[in-house]
Amino acid sequence: MDAIVANELRKRYKTVQALDGVSFAVREGEVFGLLGPNGAGKSTAVRSLATLTRPDSGSASVAGEDVLRHPNRVRRKIGYVAQDSGVDWEATARENLLLQGRIHGMAGSPLRKRVDELLELVGLREAADRVARGYSGGMKRRLDIAIGLVHRPRVLFLDEPTTGLDPEARAAMWVEVERLAEAESLTILLTTHYLEEADRLAERVAIVSRGTVVVEGTPTELKSNLRGELVTVDLTEPNRGVESALEVLKRVDGASDVSGEGQQLRARVPNGAQAIPVILSALEEQGFAVESVTTARPSLDDVYLHYTGRDFTSEDAEGKR
Amino acid sequence: MIQVLRQTGWMIVRQLRNLAREPIWIALMIIQPLVWLVLYGQLFSRVGPLRGGASSYVEFLAPGIICMNSFFGGSWAGMAMINDLDRHVVDRFLAAPASRFAIIFSQVVRAGITAVLQALLLLLLGLALGVRIHGGALGWIVVFLAAALLAMAFAGLSHGIALLVRTQASMIAAANFIGLPLMFISSILIPQTAMPHWIEVLSRFNPVNWGVHAARNAVLTGGHWGATSAYLLALVAATSVTSLFATWCFRAYQRSI
Repeated sequence: MDAIVANELRKRYKTVQALDGVSFAVREGEVFGLLGPNGAGKSTAVRSLATLTRPDSGSASVAGEDVLRHPNRVRRKIGYVAQDSGVDWEATARENLLLQGRIHGMAGSPLRKRVDELLELVGLREAADRVARGYSGGMKRRLDIAIGLVHRPRVLFLDEPTTGLDPEARAAMWVEVERLAEAESLTILLTTHYLEEADRLAERVAIVSRGTVVVEGTPTELKSNLRGELVTVDLTEPNRGVESALEVLKRVDGASDVSGEGQQLRARVPNGAQAIPVILSALEEQGFAVESVTTARPSLDDVYLHYTGRDFTSEDAEGKR
Repeated sequence: MIQVLRQTGWMIVRQLRNLAREPIWIALMIIQPLVWLVLYGQLFSRVGPLRGGASSYVEFLAPGIICMNSFFGGSWAGMAMINDLDRHVVDRFLAAPASRFAIIFSQVVRAGITAVLQALLLLLLGLALGVRIHGGALGWIVVFLAAALLAMAFAGLSHGIALLVRTQASMIAAANFIGLPLMFISSILIPQTAMPHWIEVLSRFNPVNWGVHAARNAVLTGGHWGATSAYLLALVAATSVTSLFATWCFRAYQRSI
C-alpha cells in the first residue's frame, strides 16, 4: 500500500507557480527523498501533504486519508518537521514535547513516558529541562524531530532536516534519521537539496524541478540509467576555440551529453578507460593541449543534469530568493 | 468541544509560563500602569471640571486608566502571535490537530488574565491614593470584568491583524493606529460632559468607552447596574466577534504559506 500519494498537485503564489502538477507515490515503510534545488517546490509539496496549506488543484492522500477532505484525520497520523524549527524557545524540551502530546490528545503517564523515551532517543535527556533558547542548531533540530514523533505517527515529513547544520551535525542527523526509520517503523518523506543526503538516506527519490517531478526511482536505478561515465577534460591553452574542441568530442564514438565551460569539457561515455585514449588522440590531432583528464561514475548530480538539462548548483543559486 | 477547551487550557499554561520567565516584562507590566495613574492623576488634578462628580481626579481617573491599560494590552497582544509565526510554532500547531480557535482563544484569555492582574494592582494603588470603590464587592468584580473583556475583545482583533499582516513593523503600526484614537474618543481622561459634541457622539460607538462606563459606574456611583451589565454584555459580544474573526484569519495565513 502507498503511504503517500500526490496526484497532480498545483499551487500558485501570486507570480510563482510553486507546484505545477506534482505527482509521486511513497510506499509504506519507505524513506523517500524529494530532491531538488531551492525554489523547486519541494517544501510547498510537503506543506500541502502535511495539510498546512491547500493546493489549488490536484488530490493527495496520506496514511490512507484524503488530505483535502479530511485534513484533521491526516494530522493525527503524521509528524511534520518543517524546514524552519518550530521549537518554542522560551520552553524546555520537555515542555515542548508535553504540549505537542497534549495537542494530540495524549495525557498522564503514557505521555510522560513517551516524552522520556523520545528525549532519550534524540539524545536530549541531559538538556531536557533547560529552556530551548540556549540549544545549538543541532539540538533544536533533534527536538523538532522528537516533537514530530510524540504521537507515534505513521508518516513523518522531514523538510530539509539538515539545512543549516555543520557537517558534523549533519552526519549525526543522518545516523539519527536512519535509526528512527528503523525504531519507529515509519514512512519518511524527506526533502533535501543535498544530493549526497538523498543518496545516503532515501531508498527512492523523485527529482523535482520547477514544480514538477522530472524522474523517480532508486538512486542506483537513476544512476545506472545514465549509462557510462563522465569524462572531464581540462585544456591547457586558454581561449583557443573550446567550440571546436567540443566538436571533436562529439565525433568520439559513444560520447553523449557533451558540454563545455571555460577550459573544461565534459562528456558521457560508455567506458571511461576505453574512451580516454581516443579522446586524447583526437584532441591532440586538432592541436589541443590537455592539462588533465578524469572519469567519474555518475552521481545524482549527473542524474539531475541529465533530466533537467540544468546544472544543480546553478539552478540552486537561481532558486534562492 | 472538550478537546478544544483542554487545548486552550494547555496553551494558556504555555503562555503564562513563558511570560513568567521574562522578569523584565513582568516588572514593566507592574510599573507602567502605576506610573500612568500617578502621572495623569497629578497632571490633571487641579482641573475641576474633569472630575465628573468624583471626589478627586484620581478617583475619576482610576477606572479610566484600568480600561486604557487593558485595551492597550489587548491591542498589543498580537505581538505574541507574530513571535509564534516567526518561530514557526504556529505552523507546528497547525499541522497537528490543534484547534484554530484554541490557538486564538488561549492568547485572548491570557490577555484578559494580565489585564485583571494589572487592574488589581491599580485598584490597590488607587485605594492608597484615596480612591473609594462605591460599588463594594460587586464594584470590584465589575471593574475586573470590564478590564478582562476590554483586553480580550482587543486581543482578538489584534491577533486577527497579526495573522493578516504577519510582520512586526506592520503590527506595531496597526496597534498604534487603533490604540491612540480610541483612547481619545473615550472618557478615559475626561468626562463625557467635558467633550466636544461630535467626539461625545463618536465615543458612544467606541467599545473602549463601554468598558470605561461600566468600570466608572462601579467605582464612582455603585449604581446603574442595568446599564453596566448592558455594557459588559456588549463587550462579551465584541470579544466573540473578534475571536472568531481572528480564527477565520488563519485561512488567509494558510493560503499565504
